[in-house]
Amino acid sequence: MTMKRTAQRRVAADIATGPAGVKPHHADVLRELVAHLRDNRDSLCEEWMRRINSAQFLASMSVEEIQAECWSVYDNYLGTLETGSLEALESYAHDLSERIIPRSVETQEVVGIVLLLRDVLARSLFSEYRQDENTLTRILDAYEPAANRIANTVAVGFVEERERIIRHQQEAIGELSTPVLPVRKRLLILPIVGIIDPQRAHQLTEQLLHGIRNNRAKVVVMDLTGVPEVDAAVANHLVQTVEAARLVGADVIVTGVAPEIAQTLVTIGVDLGKMRTIGDLQGGIEEAERLLGYMVTPIDQSTK
Amino acid sequence: MEIPVLKQNNYLIASIQAALCDGDLIALREKLVNLVTKNRSSGVILDVSGLDVMDSFSARIMRDITHMIRLRGSRSVIVGIQPAVAFSMVQLGLTLHGVPTALDLEEGLAYLDSGPAPPP
Repeated sequence: MTMKRTAQRRVAADIATGPAGVKPHHADVLRELVAHLRDNRDSLCEEWMRRINSAQFLASMSVEEIQAECWSVYDNYLGTLETGSLEALESYAHDLSERIIPRSVETQEVVGIVLLLRDVLARSLFSEYRQDENTLTRILDAYEPAANRIANTVAVGFVEERERIIRHQQEAIGELSTPVLPVRKRLLILPIVGIIDPQRAHQLTEQLLHGIRNNRAKVVVMDLTGVPEVDAAVANHLVQTVEAARLVGADVIVTGVAPEIAQTLVTIGVDLGKMRTIGDLQGGIEEAERLLGYMVTPIDQSTK
Repeated sequence: MEIPVLKQNNYLIASIQAALCDGDLIALREKLVNLVTKNRSSGVILDVSGLDVMDSFSARIMRDITHMIRLRGSRSVIVGIQPAVAFSMVQLGLTLHGVPTALDLEEGLAYLDSGPAPPP
């Protein structure tokens, strides 16, 4: 990845300065075309936004927002064309992505929009210089690779930012997904909500067994109310977790087993003698309290 | 390596602090089964908190010790199985079914104190 990036930057530097001696006017040409694009900033931006609208991109953003973003993207685009430095653009693309990803902007929209801008600018250059074929060729020679490189950078920046966000969220979900909660001395509750995949099942086991040790728990209530269904492998894993918890020294009470999970457990042939199940979480907690010797009674108002 | 067996009032405590060879385990089994009658102990605690591996043979010996002690009219409990050990044992199918377990020595003592009758 890093090597690729470095290569990109080197190409960008070549675009900006040109290989020495081959195209002596390369930088001049770029400067000239940037000057032209900057002079026509308003009309080109309007045209670009019109095209974005007709392509029905960015439907989730308001017109003012699109306008503001378009102006700033346009200026950054020109800045990059002029200097050939992709670094500023990269960090700008990351910033921009961070802002627009929560607005549910898709990758295809971002790529489409950048390509639209490229086309709008190319057409403008074409109509400006079409009198002089030599100049036009030189201008397009300078413009096209630079523009493609920019489109590439923006798209890669967007995807990278999205991947970073996804990774970040996965970590957050991973940490939140299996809380082990002490509710009384020696009593833990393990509420499980959502689909359990093998990775999560593994994490769950680990958290539970360490939770038992750290809290010196004697009874654990594992509540499956929030789990719609499990496959055979995960069901087997849950049964193993219950047995492992017993080896560590805690009784596990399983509550809220959905009909589909019950079906799976029966299908894999679980030994019901090893598993203590109770209908709902309330019943599970009451049973746990009984095992631990707690008795919960309402406060008698008259003795108060 | 010989495993020391400590006598604490009515109970015997054997603490395994390192991986044992098969011969040591068998020697431990003989020793415990003899001592439990000799001392008229009402309970035996096997502390395995120092073990980070439990193979099928050790698991079988543990189970044998528990069952033999029950036949000798006493009770026993295995304490301190590490979480990672517990899960790999279950994955290997070594669930020690019918063998009482507890979190640590303290819990094991509480378990033995809790009732005189050996489990069915």
